[in-house]
Amino acid sequence: MLRWILGGREAQSSVEKSPVLCIGEEQPKNWFTELQVLKGHFDIVRFLVQIDDFRCASAGDDGLVLVWNIETGERLQELRGHSQQITAITTFTCNNEVTWHTLLITASSDRSLSLWDPDTGNRVQIISDLQSSVKCLLVLERLCLWVSGGEELCLWNKDFQLQCHRQNHSDTGITALIELPKNCIAAAMDKEIVIYRLTVSDSSVSVAEIRRLSDHQDQIRALINISDGLFASGSHAGELVLWDAIDWNILAYEHILWEESQANTQTEIRLGAPKPSEMSIQHLTTNGKLILAAVGSGLYVYNVQTKAVVAYRKVAHDSNVLHTMLLSDSELMSCSEDGSVRIWEIQDLPLPAEPASPGFFGMWNFSRSNKQSGPPSKKVMDIPNIRMLELTGDLIGHSGAVQMFVSFKENGLVTCSTDHLLILWKNGERQSHLRSLALFQKLEKKGGL
Amino acid sequence: MIGSPDVVAFTKEDEYGQANPDPWALPEEFSVPLHPLADSNPWAKTSYAKFTKDFILISEFSEQVGPQPLLTIPDDPKVCGTFDLNYFSLRIMSVDYQASFVGHPPGSGYPRLSFVEDSRVVLGDSKEGAFAYVHHLTLYDLEARGFVRPFCMAYVAADERKIMLQFQELSLRFSQASECLKAGNRRAFAKELRRKLQDLEYTHSVLQREEGLQREAGPQCMYSAHAVEKANELANVEKSIYEHRDLLRQISCYHRRPRRDPHAVTCQKCMTECLSECEELLDKYVKLANPFGYSEKEEEGQGHLDDEGGDEEAYEDDDEGVKRRPSYTPQLIKAKSAKCFDKRLKTLQELCDETFYEATLELLKETERSFRGDLCYLHTRRLDKALRRKQRVANFLFEEDLGDDDEDEVETLRPFCAVNHAIDGYILLNPPPIVLGPEPLELDVLEPPDPLDPASEMSHTQESELGLGESHLESSPSDQTLETQESSEETKGSFSSDKSGVGQSEKQQSLTSMKSEAPDPDSDLTPDPDHNTDLERESSSEEMETTAGDDEGDNGGDQTPVSLLEMVSELQASKEDECGGGNESDLLVPIDTACCMAQEGFLYEASAPDAMPCLLQSSHPQPSPTLVVNQEPQALLPLQDDYTVGSPCSESPATGLELPVGQLGDAVSRTSVEDGSDCTMSASTGSDRAASPLGYGRVVTLCQRKKAGHGALRFVRQYPFAMQALWCLLSGRTLVVLGADEGRVRRLVAALALFVPAPGKCGERVQAWLSCPFTLTDLQRWKLIGLQRVASPVGSSMLYSLSRYSRYISILDADQKTLRCPPYRGRLLANIADHRTYIRRGSTYFLHIQSTLCHLAAKAFLFTFTHHLHLPVSSTEGPEVVEGRRRCFLQEQLGLGEEDSQILLYLSQLITQQYLQPAAGSSAAAPCFSFNYTTSVLYKI
Repeated sequence: MLRWILGGREAQSSVEKSPVLCIGEEQPKNWFTELQVLKGHFDIVRFLVQIDDFRCASAGDDGLVLVWNIETGERLQELRGHSQQITAITTFTCNNEVTWHTLLITASSDRSLSLWDPDTGNRVQIISDLQSSVKCLLVLERLCLWVSGGEELCLWNKDFQLQCHRQNHSDTGITALIELPKNCIAAAMDKEIVIYRLTVSDSSVSVAEIRRLSDHQDQIRALINISDGLFASGSHAGELVLWDAIDWNILAYEHILWEESQANTQTEIRLGAPKPSEMSIQHLTTNGKLILAAVGSGLYVYNVQTKAVVAYRKVAHDSNVLHTMLLSDSELMSCSEDGSVRIWEIQDLPLPAEPASPGFFGMWNFSRSNKQSGPPSKKVMDIPNIRMLELTGDLIGHSGAVQMFVSFKENGLVTCSTDHLLILWKNGERQSHLRSLALFQKLEKKGGL
Repeated sequence: MIGSPDVVAFTKEDEYGQANPDPWALPEEFSVPLHPLADSNPWAKTSYAKFTKDFILISEFSEQVGPQPLLTIPDDPKVCGTFDLNYFSLRIMSVDYQASFVGHPPGSGYPRLSFVEDSRVVLGDSKEGAFAYVHHLTLYDLEARGFVRPFCMAYVAADERKIMLQFQELSLRFSQASECLKAGNRRAFAKELRRKLQDLEYTHSVLQREEGLQREAGPQCMYSAHAVEKANELANVEKSIYEHRDLLRQISCYHRRPRRDPHAVTCQKCMTECLSECEELLDKYVKLANPFGYSEKEEEGQGHLDDEGGDEEAYEDDDEGVKRRPSYTPQLIKAKSAKCFDKRLKTLQELCDETFYEATLELLKETERSFRGDLCYLHTRRLDKALRRKQRVANFLFEEDLGDDDEDEVETLRPFCAVNHAIDGYILLNPPPIVLGPEPLELDVLEPPDPLDPASEMSHTQESELGLGESHLESSPSDQTLETQESSEETKGSFSSDKSGVGQSEKQQSLTSMKSEAPDPDSDLTPDPDHNTDLERESSSEEMETTAGDDEGDNGGDQTPVSLLEMVSELQASKEDECGGGNESDLLVPIDTACCMAQEGFLYEASAPDAMPCLLQSSHPQPSPTLVVNQEPQALLPLQDDYTVGSPCSESPATGLELPVGQLGDAVSRTSVEDGSDCTMSASTGSDRAASPLGYGRVVTLCQRKKAGHGALRFVRQYPFAMQALWCLLSGRTLVVLGADEGRVRRLVAALALFVPAPGKCGERVQAWLSCPFTLTDLQRWKLIGLQRVASPVGSSMLYSLSRYSRYISILDADQKTLRCPPYRGRLLANIADHRTYIRRGSTYFLHIQSTLCHLAAKAFLFTFTHHLHLPVSSTEGPEVVEGRRRCFLQEQLGLGEEDSQILLYLSQLITQQYLQPAAGSSAAAPCFSFNYTTSVLYKI
């Protein structure tokens, strides 16, 4: 369709080697029909945090934290203070008073931590001169404490006083932290998951390491809570492990190897030696029932209950998938280094009688040779319950990798990217309705035109 | 002197303001004369006028020499041609319409200043073919008889109706000018009084001392003649002091007088300044109790300076400001005043404060500018404006910008002050700093910026543009039909005319004089072009000899010297445009002007320059120093029309900047490679913006309209998929015109720019030429982009961005003549994008487009503000019901299909955004960019 214009384009040729997924311009299920470009950052925007129903904060390599009103697209606050890139950001809700107040904690490469008030833009607290920069933050709201992880594990109270401090012996330091039941926290450290227990006495809190889980073969990239009794981790080698959150046993171990499914079609593998990152689990997300793993440039949906793969797509994007989200049990969204955000639907396979029909994988794979449609059909026979991921829409706007996105449900979606921009995607119809509402309100207020 | 029929019955001095007794009657400005030119040849009325265009005349009734003209605006002796200003001054000044009472009124010991309201009268001199709105005013002069100097300002035009119908406006503007003059005059008068009082007191003290000496000398000579004389003199001086003090008091309570004149609202600030100054003076001189106020040493000799020089010096000193007051040296007043005819009367400039005088002149110049054009033109423009002013909600979509209209409105409402009005206007925008400082110094500091300044700056650029035009215009496209070519050339000709015809002529004079004074273009209206050419040749060889007022006016051979500088550049442009157009004179068959009027209406103006180029071509390959043109008197009206277009807008600096821009854009669109090369990128730079084409926001003048319309028409006729392209623009889908040839791309963009809804005041939504990959923000900002196709790595990345954002854009490939856009199957645009349209003229097509778009905008307005189409009527209704109702409205009531509805939805969205904009106040928020996911198809020619 685009041939006429893509004619002599070299840039595309490399991409075209791998199957290009293109939904085309007709996307009836894609309701993001309006966008607003939010400018303000000067460097890669890496993090987005939802503050409340209408506000979100963005942070990135320029050390800026910007607070946005996603209803209007206005920039509400500009939190300046960090001199280097922001490495972690999280919200911190203190409800000890009558008012419910959400604050922001940021960590930066300048080895400082800051507490911000997004309402006023004030820097409420600051801790500088840390020994190392903090890579991840975890807020334990129940205990009114928060944990920073890097080369060392530090426990802070809500007043930014250091409660406890623990040196690590790993080179990589803590890359991810989650909270577990019974005052435990799990920290991902290279190939291991370390379980710490917090002992809270009247005046002091102490942290003790109680377990090291070293079942992963490669570096752990993602660590998430699934439910009260479950958590999951994903490694660079494509291992997805489901853990019991209480006794820390492995409940399930899934090694996602794209080659696995293609074992019968050796031709595929020879096409190009898969880079390690092709099966690296970049990101995990869950809704309690399903786990969505971003594996290389593909997506992998795993059912927690049945402990089986629900659907997968090896090539969901042209490049590594960076962030994913399950919108519902059947809808999910992913963003990638290729600069696009894609919306997927988990659909039942069509009747097995016609597995190779063009409608199977959609028109975008149509141009490929017939054998390409082979693997899924084989998979169908292997795992009878498998469903497929159908691309229902894509959002194109960023000119760089889309680092992250945050969904505000019907209010829209915010994406951030290496092109220094944030884009606010909205439902055009809803917005138009809201504008009409505002128009008639104003009309009424003015008492006529 | 003036026969009574000549005084047009419009002396609304007293009953002014009751002009509109019936509140329900159609306002004057909306009433269209049913048969404006029904009775006779429309040009007949002007046939006697010996001046070529309207001008403003300031005259004085001098007590020494009687009525005399002082100056004209434009300040060019050739403007009034052979028109006898002296005679006309005599006529307009011969009756004292102000009926001022001067001198000592009974019962008052002191001479009184006459506070006379201005009078407004319309006078005519049918023999001369001149009619004038005459505004009489009196200024105060201490040395003048009765302390008053009668002046008048007259707007002189050949068309009586024009003056009659513009009476209100003229009256308003002249009142403003008059108030400004009078305010300055009061200040000057107060200063003069102060000096006089100083002199008198000094004299008084000297006399007193002399008297004292005499008294000392001995009682025997007490009653000598000399002593009596001295005593008398002293008494006289004292009386004079009292008189002058009273005058000072009178002048200082000037403002407390009730004014009958509704226009005579003076600036509060000036008033305060003047008042405080006067009071200061009053305070100072109210106490004659100390007659020896001046120290002895001052008397010692300094007092006897040369009268003239001292006066001069004192005057100058005074002008510097109050702070230098002590430097004034009082002089001895001679007992006998100089003879009436010996003394030099003060000039108008001296009578008024310099600042005020300048401001008044500016005001009058502006007035002159805004009244250019014939009645028809002025009338329709005013009508148009008045109507559009009521349509603020939706008129941003397709209407040209009203420009300084807001300002106009404000001006009429608030007390006007020409001196401070620039500052005041500023204050309106930025409320805080209002300093009512009484220091006159402030005035000097806060000199109003000269409104013509940008213009003067621009004249250089214009010049260069003209030069530029010279290089480009030879390559006039050959693929046009004869007809269209003609119209394009018309456009070009008059295009430049309005650019320069906006009163920059004064400043341009030096420049234009280099370029020679070209003949009047309306000569083509004469029945015989050939004859015309001959005459012209003759006259040009004879240089200025014909100027001396040949009075053959009646038989059409009136060789009035024409020096319309405005015409010059126009002719330059058209001449350059017209290489090899000599045969076109065939087109210039003798034209029955009335017939033309009937056909073309007031848009007719531009067939005038059509002919000129070839005439010029044949006779003057080189611009000759001075040309005199055979001018058909009947041609006056179209001529005026020609140089008028869009003049009122030109005052605002913004528009002033825009006008030459059109010229540049025009030149550029004629395949200018050199020019385009420097504006490859950065749409924000001035030059680039300058080169951007005209959207509605920019189409200021008729000729620009015509030009734009012609471009659009050509596009529609050339491309069968024009309808789809227009649909893209109107439905808010960004259209990218892709091409390797800049000229072609720019031309296409210029043609399409007309269809960009809400193009912004300077056409911000249009980017005529871009040679780098665009981003999403660009798509959001621009709705029409001209994109360079390059075969290089840059090009590939550009193509990449094209394909990447292909869902948001439509691509018109100018080289391959293809259009890639969603399919359009609607019928709405078939009307304006008819491939086989019968419309041949740009102006016609422009009006056609405009009416269609207006219609659309009206529908969009209706749609936007119909409550039940957007919101549920009752709480039980779901969004589906509303949706259904909306669809029903669009499809059944408006008869719009799916794609046509999109146009309306987009326009409605724009209206909504515009309406909500001020309230939301969210300038920080980025604009929204709406789109939808539809497949595109490729249209080929």
